[in-house]
Amino acid sequence: MTPVTRRRTPEELLLQVQAEEAQSNRGRLKIFLGYASGVGKSFRMLDEGRRRAERGQDVVVGAIQLPPTPDVEALLKRLEAIPLRTADGVNTMDVAAVLKRMPRVCIVDGLAWDNPPGSMNRSRWQDVRQLLDAGIAVIASINIQYIAELQGPVEKITGKHVTQTVPQSFLYEADEIVVVDAPPEMCFGHSGKGVAGDPGRLAHQLSELREIALLFAADVVDHQLESYLKQNGVAASFGTQERILVCITPRTSAKAMIESGKRNADRFHGELIAAHVRQGNMGEEAKEALNRNLEMARDAGAQVEILEGDDPIEAILEFARERGVTQVFVGHGQDSKWWHRWTGGPVGRLMRGAQGIDVRVFPQ
Amino acid sequence: MTPPAPGRLKIYLGYAAGVGKTYQMLTDAQDLKRQGHDIVIGYFEPHGRADTIARTEGLETIPRRRVEYRGTVFEEMDTDAILARHPEICVVDEFPHTNVPGSARTKRWEDVTTLLEAGIGVLTTMNIQHLESLNDQVWQISGVRVRETIPDWVVKQADQVVMVDVTPGALVNRLLRGVVYSQEKSQKALENFFQESTLGALRELAMRQTAHESESHHADADQAEAECAAAMQSGALHAGTGPAPQPATSPSGRIERILILVTADPSSAMVIRRAKRVADYLHADCMAVAIQRPTGGNKVAAEEREAIERHLNFARNLHVDARLLDAETGGDDPAKALVEFARLNGVTQIFLARPRGTGFAGMFRGSVEQRIVWLSRDMQVTIVADRTRAA
Repeated sequence: MTPVTRRRTPEELLLQVQAEEAQSNRGRLKIFLGYASGVGKSFRMLDEGRRRAERGQDVVVGAIQLPPTPDVEALLKRLEAIPLRTADGVNTMDVAAVLKRMPRVCIVDGLAWDNPPGSMNRSRWQDVRQLLDAGIAVIASINIQYIAELQGPVEKITGKHVTQTVPQSFLYEADEIVVVDAPPEMCFGHSGKGVAGDPGRLAHQLSELREIALLFAADVVDHQLESYLKQNGVAASFGTQERILVCITPRTSAKAMIESGKRNADRFHGELIAAHVRQGNMGEEAKEALNRNLEMARDAGAQVEILEGDDPIEAILEFARERGVTQVFVGHGQDSKWWHRWTGGPVGRLMRGAQGIDVRVFPQ
Repeated sequence: MTPPAPGRLKIYLGYAAGVGKTYQMLTDAQDLKRQGHDIVIGYFEPHGRADTIARTEGLETIPRRRVEYRGTVFEEMDTDAILARHPEICVVDEFPHTNVPGSARTKRWEDVTTLLEAGIGVLTTMNIQHLESLNDQVWQISGVRVRETIPDWVVKQADQVVMVDVTPGALVNRLLRGVVYSQEKSQKALENFFQESTLGALRELAMRQTAHESESHHADADQAEAECAAAMQSGALHAGTGPAPQPATSPSGRIERILILVTADPSSAMVIRRAKRVADYLHADCMAVAIQRPTGGNKVAAEEREAIERHLNFARNLHVDARLLDAETGGDDPAKALVEFARLNGVTQIFLARPRGTGFAGMFRGSVEQRIVWLSRDMQVTIVADRTRAA
């Protein structure tokens, strides 16, 4: 890492102060994330509750999925539970009772549950937000199949549509997120939700769901890491996530570069960015070629950025450092003058200047 | 006599000491024993952690082997004794451990391979920072150069890689309460490896790696299934007659093949790791060459040759096809020799280290690296970054 300490703007400082203030009154949210039922989320969540209770914290159980497995049941016996409320013949968490009891920590399972009509909040995750606002810490668990933004890929795997979901932004609000991982075979006994079929197919589906869960968690951690570094005024990147920057000009053989960039980004589950440094007096033909190239990048799912700067190489390098880019893709075309054979030309300068970033030069 | 079916390997992957890998492994071992499996502990490192030690209760332990080395007695896993006892499953802590000199095998992962080959299943533990291809990145993140590494292909052989996760906050708390290390050691640990940002970054790497292992696992299964179906259709039912695995192709439809330039410079290790990692992710072929310069028998040349040989061996250990090339093919021009070799071998991408020492001479002649970029205008050339850490 090359830590570049930069001065924070007043806006950034204000945001930080506000974030810290909100933090100090709000209860902390910890979420156990699993990819299927049966991986042991409930157990991990309650076990954490038990350990905290043993350390003297005031812990209650707000809601738990039923029926419990034997090991979960054993843990439940050791914790105080707030009785569920019944409305319309449906059992649901009694938010008012929890708020009245005002524990330090509350355990809440099944974040995606919809409350019966007439409840204070539509969904349980909104109940949790209310508890957090009241200063109660919450330990919760969720199966990735119930995260709204993951519905597309999850449905493709399981073939099932889930109606009750939690927005991804709520998981990003969590102070801590923990992956509960287990090999797919472990979940066979509990395959009730979402997956069906012969064991081979089942194992395959579970393994794909597992991958989604791990990558989702990695993204959350990456996000947390970034805000932690920003809060501490460090503009730096650890390169834990691959970020590929494709440099676009009117002349570059953009197609090969973008296709390769997309393949690399997909394989590494990384980000694809395409950037062009604006240059003065460009002919009509060049403008058209450039727009075509940028459109191609957008179609490939790249974030497209237009950069300003007198020196294109400096502009690219500065942008790459700021965004934590790990690989820069650049076309060979830019260094075609005969003397560049010795000096390296712009590509040579990029090579020498790109500290901590791989540079991939593409044929023209 | 036919050899026994190889044992299955399960790896508990963490991102730091104290995340609970051994605890989780022993919990599973207890479950397996309850289910009636014949399971023993081959090696266990207690680290004085009471709750982990409690998890070994009732499990048979194979006594360690005592080895004397330079007047000190060390204790190592007794692989021969485990082979003689021949359990169904064996618990082996600390997969990346290096054995005391004079042991039958240098690395514990080699001992584990021996057990697997004998048909014994193994449960083992490791942290992400010990994965060879991440060595430079881990150094960049943590400032620690990890010496005990495991080649990626060894980890890839595992039937299961399971991530053991806790949050960095919880881990730091455990450390402060003295659960993980003694007080004095804790303080030191908190100063470097255990900074929250370092832990967060390592944790993210572990998650991404576990996802990758899981993905390549079911991708392999898909391929086997497709091959099997194809073989059934063509009427070829015997194993081994199916089509060979399809290598990755570049967008132009060519097979992707990565070539690494190995030199005497220490940065070669970095280039090899990075190129191999990219090749693994892209499912591309990977090979390495060094260019032998025809020089007299002087001392510098001998040292250089030795370094090159060391780097080529390093590449071979990572399962990269590596060879030494005579510069004569390029008429005493190493850049030309490399590019010609690349063309002849259908290489699509060359990996190089960043050129060093650009002084007057560098400006005048251009570095070998620059010449390669210039000459290989029909291929992609990747200049691998120096993943160094600012002090």
